[in-house]
Amino acid sequence: MNSFKNAGHLLRFAGLFVIAFVLFLVIRHYYVPKSFGQYGHYRGDAIKDDAARPTFYAGHDTCETCHADIATKKSGGPHAHVNCEACHGPQAIHALADDPTAHIPVKPDSATLCIKCHAASLAKPKKFPQVNEDHSMGMPCITCHTNPHSPAIDTTGTGGKK
Amino acid sequence: MNGVEGFMYPNEIGLQWSILIVLYPYITGLVAGAFILASLVRVFRVEAVRPTYRLALLTALSFLLVAPLPLQLHLGHPLRSPEMYFTPHSSSAMAMFGYVYLWYLMAVLVFEIWLDYRAEIVQKAQSTKGLLGLLYKVMTLGNFNISHEALELDEKIGWVVTLIGIPSAFILHGYVGFIFGSIKANPWWNSPLMPVVFIFSAMVSGISAVMLLYMATTKIRGLKIDVACVDTIAMYLFYTFIIDFAIESLDLIHRIYEADESFRSLNFMVHTKLYIPHIVIQIMLGTLTPLIILATTQLVKFNETIRKRLYVIAGSLILIGVFAMRWNVVIGGQLFSKSLLGYTTYKLALITKEGLLVAIALTLLPLVFLYVMVRILPPWPEKQNNALASGD
Repeated sequence: MNSFKNAGHLLRFAGLFVIAFVLFLVIRHYYVPKSFGQYGHYRGDAIKDDAARPTFYAGHDTCETCHADIATKKSGGPHAHVNCEACHGPQAIHALADDPTAHIPVKPDSATLCIKCHAASLAKPKKFPQVNEDHSMGMPCITCHTNPHSPAIDTTGTGGKK
Repeated sequence: MNGVEGFMYPNEIGLQWSILIVLYPYITGLVAGAFILASLVRVFRVEAVRPTYRLALLTALSFLLVAPLPLQLHLGHPLRSPEMYFTPHSSSAMAMFGYVYLWYLMAVLVFEIWLDYRAEIVQKAQSTKGLLGLLYKVMTLGNFNISHEALELDEKIGWVVTLIGIPSAFILHGYVGFIFGSIKANPWWNSPLMPVVFIFSAMVSGISAVMLLYMATTKIRGLKIDVACVDTIAMYLFYTFIIDFAIESLDLIHRIYEADESFRSLNFMVHTKLYIPHIVIQIMLGTLTPLIILATTQLVKFNETIRKRLYVIAGSLILIGVFAMRWNVVIGGQLFSKSLLGYTTYKLALITKEGLLVAIALTLLPLVFLYVMVRILPPWPEKQNNALASGD
């Protein structure tokens, strides 16, 4: 009994740990979303939340419904497998609208867009067309590559490759 | 591209882990090392180093409180950090380490310090007025029992806590080495020796830090440094350093002998980009020089003044050397490409979130914490405090 009395301060310290642990469990109970762990190590409801988000991309099939001529041009060139919205950005607002002409997409600026893929880098495969900063001498790419959907320069006979 | 030589994958050009990630293992290492020094008194009964016992514990605590800050700054979103505790992923070493950190902080360090200081805390709670008095009263947890039996029980429990604390300190810092050593994609890091190397270098740096702090605080207080104490610390520092040096050399020899496909790339790096921080600062200045100095003090009987000066030089060089070791691991490990054919450069910024100024502030912050703790819980015997007070 006496030794128990002398251990009073230790029991109080242990009590602090118990209180902290209970507090932790209470906070955890309210803090962690109920659906956490339902499918994996994440909030299960996140899937529903994602599904409910508005659509931004229309998909290239939707684009080609109206722009079949562009799709035909594109299919013959090196950009055949580049999706429309990769360059034009998400276009659901235009493609799925009752009146698509009310939401005409802004044309991409070739001076800044093309370089995103075609900037020279040692890490890229050699056969991939790549250019240095001085290649265009400050001019937009479409000055020479007049048709960005199939950008080869036919008149020079180089096939647009650099 | 600036700073890039040879073939570098695009995601390797910029370093992901900055100087703050260098600081993190450095600071936790000091914690572990300081605690091991304290355990010399408590568990191994090395009475000569008793003057540093409490200072070592407070140093460990102040550095441990700062240890997560570099990570918080590096990751950002500090409000998300509790989620690691609420929804830990059992396969994540980092998540599991959160509990090790908390265990070490609360169940080892805070508990041991509280047990050791309890008698003083109760006395101060009864004699101090105002806010400080209230703080001491809260720290007593409302129990003022400092009878001989109660304090004897504290001593026994304290011994057990320290005993548990030793492997805890090893896990605390071994984890940091484990995190690097288990990354199989990086040949500079990938070594099962990494946790052991980290633990021993931590012990060396922590012991040096406490030795220097003890000498500095004693000097500032105008008291005489206990030379027998620093001699003993220096002796243990020397022995620990020999083990550390042997293990690091073993790691190096193993790499050279194995000479796997990464060897030429790493060898090139050590002779070029890492020549100054690795060969000059870490090995020559931070390892061989203090080892020779400490060995000399063991072999030759210098007078007290020279011995103390040599300890200060050796201790300071060790702290620089261990920091260089952390730098070479963290930064060095990101300077070469996985292709083993290219190298990048790390440019340390000055005034950014992960810049030099922040790193310096984070290194000094534990000393501010230590100053506050020393004011509240003086780590030196009451007799010396009185002597100092009467001297004033």
